[in-house]
Amino acid sequence: MIEAFIYVYIFMLAGFVGYEVIGRVPVILHTPLMSGSNFVHGIVLVGAMVVLGQADTTLEKAIGFIGVFLGAGNAVGGYVVTERMLEMFKSSKGK
Amino acid sequence: MEVMSLIIQISYFVTAVLFIMGLKRMSHPTTARSGIVWAGWGMVLATVVTFLHPEIAGNYLLMIIAIVAGGAIAWWTGKRVAMTDMPQMIAIYNGMGGGAAGAIAAVELVKGGDHHTFIVFLAVLGALIGTVSFSGSCVAWAKLQGVMKKVIRFPGQQKVNLIVFGLMVLLGLIITFYPHLGAFWILLFFLLALAFGYMMAVPIGGADMPVIISLFNAFTGLAVAFEGFVLNNPALIIAGTVVGSAGTLLTQLMARAMNRPISNVLFSSFGEGGGPAMEVTGTMKGMEPMDAAVQMCYASRVVIVPGYGLAVAQAQHKVWELAELLEERGVEVKFAIHPVAGRMPGHMNVLLAEAGVPYDKIFDLEEINNEFGSTDVSLVIGANDVVNPVAKTDPNSPIYGMPILNVDESRNVLVIKRGQGAGFSGIENALFFLDNTHMVYGDAQKVTAALIQHVKTL
Repeated sequence: MIEAFIYVYIFMLAGFVGYEVIGRVPVILHTPLMSGSNFVHGIVLVGAMVVLGQADTTLEKAIGFIGVFLGAGNAVGGYVVTERMLEMFKSSKGK
Repeated sequence: MEVMSLIIQISYFVTAVLFIMGLKRMSHPTTARSGIVWAGWGMVLATVVTFLHPEIAGNYLLMIIAIVAGGAIAWWTGKRVAMTDMPQMIAIYNGMGGGAAGAIAAVELVKGGDHHTFIVFLAVLGALIGTVSFSGSCVAWAKLQGVMKKVIRFPGQQKVNLIVFGLMVLLGLIITFYPHLGAFWILLFFLLALAFGYMMAVPIGGADMPVIISLFNAFTGLAVAFEGFVLNNPALIIAGTVVGSAGTLLTQLMARAMNRPISNVLFSSFGEGGGPAMEVTGTMKGMEPMDAAVQMCYASRVVIVPGYGLAVAQAQHKVWELAELLEERGVEVKFAIHPVAGRMPGHMNVLLAEAGVPYDKIFDLEEINNEFGSTDVSLVIGANDVVNPVAKTDPNSPIYGMPILNVDESRNVLVIKRGQGAGFSGIENALFFLDNTHMVYGDAQKVTAALIQHVKTL
């Protein structure tokens, strides 16, 4: 019972962390940050891998395969576009 | 096996720390670049150790093929997409994440197993949110990419949406309490969720799309967190929840910048309601690039206001060249960016950064708005609604109340515009008819090139 509650606590605390971490973000970073957080939920790939690893029937394997495929797309695509955007941010003093 | 589990759990912990610190670094311009790299290493670590996960019994080859295929396609598309098309790429990658969360739930539900009812409930909830995010994001992509042009609306649309939503929830609850009903009902549930995501996004116009993309981003985060509960995976729970709440906050910030409550974005179309718009009087006065160049050269302060039209014309490099030339002559040049310039908040900053404009020359609405009174020339390039003073004066205007850049307060206004038509939202712009406003007609890139030539010869 207590174990289930620990997860609920994690959920609550992580929720506050997300809110605080980007609380004072300047407007200029809204798009890259949205893209960056989009990359972070690409961790769904890990979950999809575990599910595919346990799949037995053809149907389960097929859906699991799609899951891993989509998860990998989320993670890699999210990283590439975020990195491309952030690479361009330079200060005039840095020149 | 015990040791293996420990290594995996420690790795997931490190990944969670890297993600959170990465996001923190990404929210400041000087550290942003390193932030994504930190988060990237977290992802690599988590993915690699998962191959050693004791619960994985096989299918390694399938797994590797799926990762390589999905990763390669995303890598290839992500590398070659133009900066102007970035919003729709974010939408589609986000949709993929939602779809992956839905797939996890689908396998778990098809398998059945002896999960606690509460866990099945979370799986269903995650499936619902993830699948809605998947189809909704696909629609957002199609609209911004121009594949789907029409805003589809019909009478009673919200009732139909409500019925689909109700059926989807009902079916979700049935599956939760009777998990062994069979694949047919699960399939029906997913089809309803796909339909609902489609119907949620399809009535939304292009201007509101960024808010919806951001909302779907938060959705996917939550879906990933719920599937994390199902799989007992803290990395998914933490990363998903952090994105869920950060995404919700970002959505609110964007909606606030556009002065559009999220409920308005979702349930009413842009420009609906209100009485007849105020008559705009006066005439538009044209000006040759030569005269415009003279005006800017002898100004002491010039503020450049770029809009999406600049990005479409690919004029950002030329504009920065012009700004540098003016600075060489001792003119103070600043860039003023409206929060919703471009197709997404911050999108215009990315486009200017691509052209090499340093971010400390770029100013937010709040930072620069009271400086327009002491500005000699405001150069508006491809921006329209965000500089329209009717937002302050005409309560009947659909954009009334939206914060705008007070360009009309500056001594002279130069507007580079293709023709005399109204803007993206179809609203007449009172700024263009002011006495101190002059229009320089033409393609943004060509006009800017002409301005550069004239400035050089002066």
